[in-house]
Amino acid sequence: MLINNPDNVTKDNDVFPICLRTSNLENSSSLQTYLSVGGYKQIQRILKEKISPEKLIEEIKISGLRGRGGAGFPTGIKWSFIPNDSAGIKYIVCNSDEGEPGTFKDREIIKKNPHQLIEGMTIAAYIMGAQVGYNYIHGEIWEEYESFEKALAEAKKANFLGKSICGLNFDFELYAFHGYGAYICGEETALIESIEGKKGQPRFKPPFPATYGIYGRPTNVNNTETYATIPWIMQNGGESFANIGVENSGGTKIFSVSGHIEKPGNYEIPMGMPFKTLLELSGGVWKGRKLKAVIPGGPSTPVLPAAEIMKATLDYDGLKNSGSSVGAGSLIVMDETTCMVTTLKRLSYFFYEESCGQCTPCREGTGWVYRVIKRIVDGNGKPEDIDLLLDVSKKISGRTICALGDAAAVPVLSFIKHFKDEFKYFIKNGKSMMDTNS
Amino acid sequence: MIKIKIDGKVLEVKPKTSIIEVADKVGIDIPRFCYHKKLSVAANCRMCLVEVKNFAKPLPACATQVMEGMEISTKSKFTKDTQKSVMEFLLINHPLDCPICDQGGECDLQDTAVAYGANKSRYTEEKRVVFDKNIGPLISTDLTRCIQCTRCVRFLKEVGGMAELGLIGRGEHAEISAYVDKSVESELSGNIIDLCPVGALTSKPFRYSARSWELSRRSTISCHDSLGSNMEAHVKDDIVKRVIPKENESINECWISDRDRFSYEGLYHKDRINLPLKRVKNQWEEIDWEEAYELIEKNITDINTKKSDQIGIVCSPQSTLEEGFLLKKIAKELNTSHIDYHLLEKSFSKNNNWLGCKIDEIESHDAILVVGSNLKHDQPLLAHRFRRYANKKNNFSIITSYDDFHSTHCLEKIIVNPSAYLNYLLMILKEIQLITKYKINSQGIKNTLKVLKSSNETKKIAQSLLSTKSKAIFLGHQILHLEDGDNIKFVAMHIAQATEATLGLLPGDANSVGLNELNLNSNNISTDKILSQKKEAYIMMNFDPLYDYHSPKKINDALKNAKFNLAISPYISDSFKEFDVVLPMTPFTETSGTFMNMEKRIQSFSAVTPPFGQARPGWKILRVLANFLQFEGFLYDSSEDVKADAMIELDKKNEYILIDFKPSKITKGLETLNLIKANDSDMIVRRASSLHKNKKNQNCCLINPSTMLKKGLIDGQKIMISSSEAEVLINVKADENVCSNVIAIFGKQDETFSLGMHNKVKIKKA
Amino acid sequence: MLTKITRKKIDRELKKFPIDQKQSAIIAALQIIQTENGFLTDELIAFAADYLAMPKIAAMEVATFYNMFELKPAGKYKISVCTNISCALREADDIVCHLRKKLNIDFNEITKDSKFSLKESECMGACGGAPLMTINNHKMYEFLTPQKVDQILEELD
Ligand SMILES: Cc1cc2nc3c(=O)[nH]c(=O)nc-3n(C[C@H](O)[C@H](O)[C@H](O)COP(=O)(O)O)c2cc1C
Ligand code: SF4
Ligand code: FES
Repeated sequence: MLINNPDNVTKDNDVFPICLRTSNLENSSSLQTYLSVGGYKQIQRILKEKISPEKLIEEIKISGLRGRGGAGFPTGIKWSFIPNDSAGIKYIVCNSDEGEPGTFKDREIIKKNPHQLIEGMTIAAYIMGAQVGYNYIHGEIWEEYESFEKALAEAKKANFLGKSICGLNFDFELYAFHGYGAYICGEETALIESIEGKKGQPRFKPPFPATYGIYGRPTNVNNTETYATIPWIMQNGGESFANIGVENSGGTKIFSVSGHIEKPGNYEIPMGMPFKTLLELSGGVWKGRKLKAVIPGGPSTPVLPAAEIMKATLDYDGLKNSGSSVGAGSLIVMDETTCMVTTLKRLSYFFYEESCGQCTPCREGTGWVYRVIKRIVDGNGKPEDIDLLLDVSKKISGRTICALGDAAAVPVLSFIKHFKDEFKYFIKNGKSMMDTNS
Repeated sequence: MIKIKIDGKVLEVKPKTSIIEVADKVGIDIPRFCYHKKLSVAANCRMCLVEVKNFAKPLPACATQVMEGMEISTKSKFTKDTQKSVMEFLLINHPLDCPICDQGGECDLQDTAVAYGANKSRYTEEKRVVFDKNIGPLISTDLTRCIQCTRCVRFLKEVGGMAELGLIGRGEHAEISAYVDKSVESELSGNIIDLCPVGALTSKPFRYSARSWELSRRSTISCHDSLGSNMEAHVKDDIVKRVIPKENESINECWISDRDRFSYEGLYHKDRINLPLKRVKNQWEEIDWEEAYELIEKNITDINTKKSDQIGIVCSPQSTLEEGFLLKKIAKELNTSHIDYHLLEKSFSKNNNWLGCKIDEIESHDAILVVGSNLKHDQPLLAHRFRRYANKKNNFSIITSYDDFHSTHCLEKIIVNPSAYLNYLLMILKEIQLITKYKINSQGIKNTLKVLKSSNETKKIAQSLLSTKSKAIFLGHQILHLEDGDNIKFVAMHIAQATEATLGLLPGDANSVGLNELNLNSNNISTDKILSQKKEAYIMMNFDPLYDYHSPKKINDALKNAKFNLAISPYISDSFKEFDVVLPMTPFTETSGTFMNMEKRIQSFSAVTPPFGQARPGWKILRVLANFLQFEGFLYDSSEDVKADAMIELDKKNEYILIDFKPSKITKGLETLNLIKANDSDMIVRRASSLHKNKKNQNCCLINPSTMLKKGLIDGQKIMISSSEAEVLINVKADENVCSNVIAIFGKQDETFSLGMHNKVKIKKA
Repeated sequence: MLTKITRKKIDRELKKFPIDQKQSAIIAALQIIQTENGFLTDELIAFAADYLAMPKIAAMEVATFYNMFELKPAGKYKISVCTNISCALREADDIVCHLRKKLNIDFNEITKDSKFSLKESECMGACGGAPLMTINNHKMYEFLTPQKVDQILEELD
């Protein structure tokens, strides 16, 4: 029994449904439904007309599509890194390992509109000359893993995957791969290690996956949402996509809203929408309370106090100007009762727990940070702890193999920056400022 | 070549080198823990982070390749601050128990902490504690000290050839572990002691026996195989406390095998003798040297040496050039040509008895074929070069009867019984002849080829030998233990000629190449013959007559029959029962001498400690013996003097006769493979206790599960094995790596030595 | 040691990878074995390793790296509750307290009758449905309230 959010606001959500195109329809995940909205037409057209990969990449460059996995790297440019002259097998991988607190958009795509992802990946495979693809799915969303396997079988049966796709001269095999509980496997090289049957320890780069990926072969990794956008761009052209958003941020983006919000859920909205509007769409802060802060893109993006976020627009430049970033588009909303010290403790625990352990600053530093904050929360904080936390975090940042180390430092630095008084209060009084308020 | 700047110095360097390699070359010190020039780059410790102009973040020097115009600062404040902070992270969970740590005084972490650490720790939280694991009798673990550099993990996987250790768990809880308290089994495992930059892995036998600064370090050469590894013995109070590798890139690189490292324990075994012994009514009686020599002189002069070949002389192939040379000279004076050092060989034609190329040229070949070697045990360290080659070049083939290369990538792996080696080589030759029209000048081979059909595998090997420029065929010394070893060599020579390949042997013992070159056995009289011809007297030097010779019964009978037997040996045991006098000689650590290794490299060494008790170096014993026997020309003052004369002898060109091909038969039924484990190879290693604490594969023989099924045997069952010499009761162990229809019996072990080494045995369920 | 069905399931996973890359199926293989057995023993891990022709220690590394593997006996129903930020903000704490009290066990413990065990979990990638939990890794329950938890547990035999 899957309990669904009865209040999911899909009705307001149909402004620009691109990735979630079928989500309002009945039986949204079925092949039939996807076909009914024009699904698999694009791959068919591309194969039939033998459109050159260069031309397609150009279209994607025009669209301004940027990777939706967090770093926002322009997708068209990324795809042109895959060597097209190399003989032998090439891989493409879909990164559906979302496990950063606050992210749950890829799950929605897999659950509601898997075929669009499949078509997107097939087009990508055609463009990059890949023969095999994997969709790496986060361990805990098992039901989505299983339903995706079903969608794959359906697509295969209908000849949208496998040998001679659509009866034309292109072969592509796509498989589902499930993780089993390791956030770090969202990092693309850890994910590759994981597919190779190893523990998910990120690789040192260079070499990048584009030249040395799965089994040492050229490999392209993109986020689920990135791939799922492709068929729409192919259908409507790069320009229409770019026009939906704002400068530097083309198209729509799914924002996942969670935490102290009336109607948590995924909202696919045009880039550049003011945060305020989205807050209204999602029913406002829950229980009629006041907004205290928002983490706009998952914990690896800096937290913004209410005043800042209320001024912000939801696009790459907008959030950057406000001192944060889009990240994976996971807005975590915190109301006035939230204790920032205990919240930071939980986040620090997350990074401590999820550090893969291979490089020194992250392995040792995340534990150190967590223990200090825990000590503060336990009532044993010392005045110099704030500086210590800042210093240790800065020394993790920029010195690790992968970006988890940097990510771990972000909440510490930004929480203390914006809510230093709360930390000071906790250290001085051995209890949360919020305890006195309530 | 590209131009870079490092600490202001402009350098021209090869592209694709890492910053740390450049720095090491020009003597700029960059601290590091995980990087090791012989292992893959992990870049996980982050100690080597350095500032590079135009990069906001510091870059790991070990993993960053230089680029044109790069400007690196290893001493800037930014670099120093970064390194200091990494050091701080490394120390927060480290116990800092240097005073009680065996690594104290030679610890990279300690040294680096002194140079880069802060004087006071800001970490006040609780430290991590990791439970220690038992990974075997050689390596002691103290994992709380581990800094997760994974050098040990990478070594075992990349050099040891098998992933035996891993980093289990994740994050701060990640710890080094074998698969559940399993012992590490690699024959090279001890190297991880050297590799561990902290005191997490230390030597179990050495533990607590000395502090590093109390030891004097002396160079020596391994006597356990023909690689001739360079080593350093660490000595305290005239006792060898431990042995570590001495880097020699063209021989042992920076490694040694476990038997090289831990055999020193055997030097101080209770079997060592420190006075001459004479046998009186089945008892040993200690006598002084004078008396011993007089006794020998009396007995020898009793023998009529006017008649030739009345005395047989057999020495170990571990004998130094000096010892060999003196023995040869003594033999001449004794009017005997019956002198030999082949203890296991049944075939010993003298040509192609060395590697055929330099050790560091092995990997430069485009294709390699190895025949009849259990590389891991025969050549524990050299095996690494073959593994590395195989994994890199995908053009390595092997024909053997025990597959100890299972995790190595081979082009072809033919696992057959030893008596079929010859046939497979002939099949390869046939294939080559078909393609190249190579003329074979041996009628015997021609006749055999006519009726032979080649297989897919042999075709592929032939192809790989033909389609490449430089190639090599290496024969394991085991093939010489076979009756048709010379035939195998002969056919291999033809293959080598037809394909212009290097042909080499992987000789077993430390100086077998040297003694061969010395032409010690100038008359081609085998030990076998020397024994069966029943001499008046025997002189045997530096081996165990029963364990080290392939037919204990034969040697025992011969000794029983003789009037007088003299042994020169560091040890005494039941094996020496038939001797009248035993002279205590010193092992390699207590004598000077010279070995010629497999690539014909001459390496001399000096004693690292004075002799034990009144034992004397072999060359001195022989010299004085000659003096007592009043032979002329034995007035040597030093081993260098002996060596000088020996070198003259070496320079003589020896003409070898080629032995022609005789077709041989493939054994029907169960065939024996005599496996000699690395740690059983000689008298010293057999007595090194820690090497034998792990009782794996002791008291058992190995049979392929399919053969067991056919014979109705079950794993662990006791069977009676009988050879022409003895019967022993032993457990069977199923082992998929043994060729079917082969029973692998461990040679030189207590339980099985009495069987001798024969290719045919009978088994009976007990 | 591995049943025929288990082997078959692993074989199906193996089809996803090149034949010389069997190790790629180790996560799937361990998951299949764990689903059948409840948790992983050293022997089971070794069997999986042998089956996929990989070093045992490498399989051990995998089994100890991924959180959803159990290396100690778990309850017949392993309840994993996410306590990460989005869930925490939506009072996952209450759910945890409720479960603790109701089952009378703490995290990483098993009830006396071995029916339930409780685990704290990191983000499950479904924060929109917070607070949430999974039972035996593969079944997720969202928008939890103490009442709902009672109802769910009641439905389990
Ligand atoms: C610690 C860490 C976790 C990550 N987790 C995810 C993830 O769950 N999903 C994802 O798409 N990208 C994740 N990424 C980013 C990926 O490494 C990679 O940049 C991304 O999948 C590329 O896809 P895109 O270009 O479509 O964004 C993570 C990165 C790091 C450093
Ligand atoms: S930063 Fe952390 S997660 Fe990333 S490689 Fe280093 S230890 Fe692993
Ligand atoms: S030596 Fe470079 S990171 Fe360890």
